[in-house]
Amino acid sequence: MRPTVPRLVNILVPVKRSIDYAVKIRVASDGKSVDTNVKHSMNPFDEIAVEEAIRLREKKSTKVDNITAISIGPTKAVDTIRTALAMGADTGIHIIVPENTVVEPISVANALKKIIQDKKFDLVIMGKQAIDDDSGSTGGMLAGLLNWSQGSFASKLDINQDGSKIEVTREIDGGLEKIESKLPLIVTTDLRLNEPRYASLPNIMKAKKKKIETFKPEDLGLDFTPRFETISVSEPQKRQGGGKVESVDELVSKMKEAGVI
Amino acid sequence: MSAPRQITRLASRAISRRASPLGNGIIRNQRSSILSPCQSSSSSSNQYQVKGLSVRYGSHLPERSPNFVKPTEKHLNDLKKIVSSSLSSLDGTATQEELKSFNDDWMNKYHGNSKIVLKPKTTKEVSEIMKYCYQNDLAVVPQGGNTGLVGGSNPVHDEIILNLSNMNKIRSFDQVSGCLVADGGVVLEAADHYLAEKGFIFPLDLGAKGSCHIGGNVATNAGGLRLLRYGSLHGTVLGLEVVLPDGTIWNGLSKLRKDNTGFDIKQLFIGSEGTIGIITAVSIMCPRRPSAMNVAVFSLESYEAVQKVFAEAKGHLGEILSAFEFFDKQSYALVKHHQEENGEAERKVFETEGDFYCLIETGGSNAEHDEAKLTGLLEHLMENEMVLDGVLAQDSTQFQALWKLRELVPESAGKAGSVYKYDVSVPVAKMYEPVEQLRVKLREGGVLEGDGKMEGPIKAVTGYGHIGDGNIHINIVATKYTDEIEKIIEPYVYEVVSKYDGSISAEHGLGVMKAPYIGYSKNQTSIELMKKVKQMFDPKGLLNPYKYIV
Repeated sequence: MRPTVPRLVNILVPVKRSIDYAVKIRVASDGKSVDTNVKHSMNPFDEIAVEEAIRLREKKSTKVDNITAISIGPTKAVDTIRTALAMGADTGIHIIVPENTVVEPISVANALKKIIQDKKFDLVIMGKQAIDDDSGSTGGMLAGLLNWSQGSFASKLDINQDGSKIEVTREIDGGLEKIESKLPLIVTTDLRLNEPRYASLPNIMKAKKKKIETFKPEDLGLDFTPRFETISVSEPQKRQGGGKVESVDELVSKMKEAGVI
Repeated sequence: MSAPRQITRLASRAISRRASPLGNGIIRNQRSSILSPCQSSSSSSNQYQVKGLSVRYGSHLPERSPNFVKPTEKHLNDLKKIVSSSLSSLDGTATQEELKSFNDDWMNKYHGNSKIVLKPKTTKEVSEIMKYCYQNDLAVVPQGGNTGLVGGSNPVHDEIILNLSNMNKIRSFDQVSGCLVADGGVVLEAADHYLAEKGFIFPLDLGAKGSCHIGGNVATNAGGLRLLRYGSLHGTVLGLEVVLPDGTIWNGLSKLRKDNTGFDIKQLFIGSEGTIGIITAVSIMCPRRPSAMNVAVFSLESYEAVQKVFAEAKGHLGEILSAFEFFDKQSYALVKHHQEENGEAERKVFETEGDFYCLIETGGSNAEHDEAKLTGLLEHLMENEMVLDGVLAQDSTQFQALWKLRELVPESAGKAGSVYKYDVSVPVAKMYEPVEQLRVKLREGGVLEGDGKMEGPIKAVTGYGHIGDGNIHINIVATKYTDEIEKIIEPYVYEVVSKYDGSISAEHGLGVMKAPYIGYSKNQTSIELMKKVKQMFDPKGLLNPYKYIV
């Protein structure tokens, strides 16, 4: 029997420009959104997704043909795509929307579906959620729209040479769950999948020369009109300062007062 | 917004990059002019050696002066009528054990034996205390956050501790000029947080920011991480309110940037280490907070390359360059080892490692503008092969992580063994020389086997610091402190520094530790003048005795 011809895998990695993890979030004056005039970076889960795609290529056991990073966002989202390219992705796709446009998960999933069908990707590695809206539903929706398998919340990913067998390890309550699938597949990344690399200077320079395709939603026949309306956004209740007690007895009586014992 | 990565790498955020109490940039005593030393190196070892004085451990310290009256319960009772809060083992408000945190320094090198801690709330209280102590010949040691590295804020014997932590109010802030007036006991980080909300920044930042007081910072002329950008406190401090040793309140809380009317008295108090007055309030000019920050770290093949990159960085980045730090491969090895032990080193930083590393930070008001400048520099450095490799932080988390490579050096050295620390400033071109000469000397002495081989009596000799300020920290990591090693290092290290017209204490000050060695950095005329100043302000020598100039 002849050995199987190694299959070339095309990977799509969606990356979102979101408010930097380290920034303190403030509710905007309209009470319906947050102040976005702050530092933005790549959504940390997406960074893990980019890293995983690059590691798959580095492992050599998987023949990766192309890694494409895609972002839907304002003009500045191109920085997020460049970061992915500097980490090691090959090409970028940017669907440009006006500043402060809300793109709901279903719209993102529809856009990704369109791109995937046009460009023939067979593996999507994406963050399990974005840290700004915390929806965590795009991956699942995309799998549903495409009728593909999905390995959600992956903490480990193994692919054999021809992509005929993929093992996704998921962290579940009290242990690990392993699921097996074939391509095409959607993988969503969990925190412990990997530790993303730094963008090195030589790669940052190379990334400047890599190609980024740009589209407007209408070019692709997409409609991003939101289906939901945000009624209000509020800050969590401020923590009350604690007090000091002099003795164990006082502590006990205070706890009784509070009705906790 | 959720916090998905809190568990692993983002947890580092909780430990702010400058919050490490072990930052070696803690207390700086910057001297603007370095006068050539008055001694020849052959006679120096005897000239400045105080008999029986082991500066390292603080175990053999200057003897108690008979001129000072021993504080008694009567004194305490009198003082309690003046001061709003006190702690003492004489009246049972505290045990001697509980006073340890005031008597000892944080490194546990210096141990005082004071029985009285006074915590005044107002300038008037400080003044009354000093008046009383002056009349009764009681020695006093002023104390801020007690984060110094040279034993300057701890009593040597039984001096009354005057702790300023209850003087912690911001007095005023001018949104237009950026002039902040605050009590001396305001914690540096608290002042910076206050300013951050108003879009301003405190022009000083250092490892101990969470504990140190701005009054103490001024008294010790602390330097730290923003000096390159904002200059020393001699430039940013506009005015001071000081209680003199006899209790007189000197109100010099000017808010003026320009004032050419007579001697600039406040300058004398900046860096006086509490020997001529107690700083009760500070008026300081604060710049606007940069809204865009970037950080890049490079690996380089030689110290010459570090200097070249420094020159290029200044040329390309101009006013947005806010820090230029360097560390050698021995320092980096210590940090990597330390991070591995803590399970924090999963990220590989460099493809190509080098003998030296440097960190550049930029801070500006326009992200695009800064990025264009920084990219220009990076392209230039790569094209001309001036650096071996490098990384540029892509988000705030990476920003913190890259800073940690530099900031963890002192902590990593401390974890690896007993550390001999020297904080010297030398002209930039010769800055790394003392480290290399010490290596040679230690190898000749048979105590250093390899470079950072982590075995033998000395595990590593490391150099790191603030290139922009010509300030290098030399950390010699030994298996344990021994007289043999100390004899090889001291006073050799001071001789080398003196040879290059450097300063034996760039930012840590003199305190108890370096007081005997001032002659390596200051000539006899300077020392005489300093003594006259001390004599004029404090004829009885009651304030912070046994230190600074002895």
